[in-house]
Amino acid sequence: MSEGALTLPLPGPLPAPATARPRRGFRVVPGFGLTLGYTLLYVSLIVLLPLSAAFVRSAELGPERFWQVVTAPRVLASLRLSFGSALLAAGINGIFGFVIAWALTRHRFPFRRLFDAIIDLPFALPTAVAGIALTALYAPSGWIGQLLQPLGIRVAYTPLGVVVALAFVSLPFVVRTLQPVLGDLDRELERAAETLGASRFQTFIWVVLPSIWPTLLTGVALGFSRAVGEYGSVIFIAGNIPMVSEIAPLMIMTKLEQYQYAEATAIAVVMLLASFALMFGINALQLWGQRRRQVR
Amino acid sequence: MIRAQQIPEELGRYALLGIALLYLVGLVALPLAIVFVEALAKGIGSYVTALLDPYALAAMRLTLLTAAIVVPMNLVFGIAAAWAIAKFEFRGKNALITAIDLPFAVSPVISGLIYVLMFGAQGWFGPWLTAHGIRIIFAVPGIILATTFVTLPFVARELIPLMQTQGNDEEVTALSLGASGWQTFRLVTLPNIRWGLLYGVLLCNARAMGEFGAVSVVSGHVRGLTNTLPLHIEILHSEYNYVGAFAAASILAMLALVTMLAKTLLERRHPELRGAAARS
Repeated sequence: MSEGALTLPLPGPLPAPATARPRRGFRVVPGFGLTLGYTLLYVSLIVLLPLSAAFVRSAELGPERFWQVVTAPRVLASLRLSFGSALLAAGINGIFGFVIAWALTRHRFPFRRLFDAIIDLPFALPTAVAGIALTALYAPSGWIGQLLQPLGIRVAYTPLGVVVALAFVSLPFVVRTLQPVLGDLDRELERAAETLGASRFQTFIWVVLPSIWPTLLTGVALGFSRAVGEYGSVIFIAGNIPMVSEIAPLMIMTKLEQYQYAEATAIAVVMLLASFALMFGINALQLWGQRRRQVR
Repeated sequence: MIRAQQIPEELGRYALLGIALLYLVGLVALPLAIVFVEALAKGIGSYVTALLDPYALAAMRLTLLTAAIVVPMNLVFGIAAAWAIAKFEFRGKNALITAIDLPFAVSPVISGLIYVLMFGAQGWFGPWLTAHGIRIIFAVPGIILATTFVTLPFVARELIPLMQTQGNDEEVTALSLGASGWQTFRLVTLPNIRWGLLYGVLLCNARAMGEFGAVSVVSGHVRGLTNTLPLHIEILHSEYNYVGAFAAASILAMLALVTMLAKTLLERRHPELRGAAARS
């Protein structure tokens, strides 16, 4: 990041001043005050002030009432569903996303580039479109739904539908995080392991996995954090049965429609705190992964 | 010995490939295909009629209007933020980058809710707005604000790492040769970042036109007035008008396809952009 710094008076490794910060007033590139001022103003007005409104408004409830709201059985069930199914979906993608990333970086097969490009679809396709499409596909009469029906598996309008929708939205996070790292893997190490008599499975467990698993975890965490708050792609396929297939964002929506703003805000604050904690966790994971790769 | 080992290895490889592709097809490719199949289920005539419905056209207009306001706003912001963050050192830089990233961590519904808490009838500025006859929530300004929040990071996130790797050398040279700050930006920086800029704008635009949750909270769902295309899809779908819903969806799906195609082409010509995208 230091190559972005621009302060002139430091040619070469001069002894750094006690405060290692560059001196002001020596900038050659103009526009610092203007661009930083505008950035701060814009971020404060669009992001920070509205977000703080959620925390302030929920504080008006008082701790006791707040606790009552977020531990009400229907709210608790919705939070459990959102977090549980997001975790499950991200975990499933941890496995399948890895296999897909592996296939795309290691194998050559027809339409490989097409398959590679299509990974981005969940990023680009609006969630409402994904929602109605998945519902049509997995409904009992749909293309995939009718194949699963004889097996006794119902996807649409059940919690399983929530997992399918969340798996859809979180897939690219896992694959796109893994791909560059899998591409950079030193294949000499794998050959060496094989020469020394390791089976492919052993090579995978002892050579490949240790060097990619921080990245895999990062991808899964990114997918989870996207999935946990997802709304548009879920509400069509979920059926939205209270206590069964009602996700937390929909619970917020329902409270809003009943003009229970404080209660909606309380649920939102729980989700926001979880999201922020996740964000910091992911940052730590990424740093760890980078450092690990540098050591190797 | 070697042969006996190679056969199961080959089999394993194909099995792995098969699983990967099956998962991709079932979860991603078929949903895309079904949009167009359902939209055309009753023939091309019904498809066109559904698209030319006055409410569908009004929804498309509002979606285009929203993107036309939001994308330039976040484009200017993205350039300013990247300039400040990539070209200078200052305290609290990491905190600022985190703040710019926040909208990506927030659930769409909450992104709408916070604007209701600010500008709704019972919000912080609600009484003042009502007294002055200004409507933000359940009206177009609310849709624009919520969309701005949701799409705020796209351009900035693309430009910050790009400008950080490019450094300041070229700008310093231009300035020392007597170029003004504005000339330096226009003639030196802008050509260097134009592909990254385009990339960020593409992603920002796709999200701005497709945003559903946040807009759903602040829109009020008035047909012909505050319905964007994604909201229009929801209404039609809840009325069991599947051809109408999927016809509207096919427009957004085509937008997604065009975005992905442009993104893929850009990545192929400028591989350095792909690294930045993986982080988002």
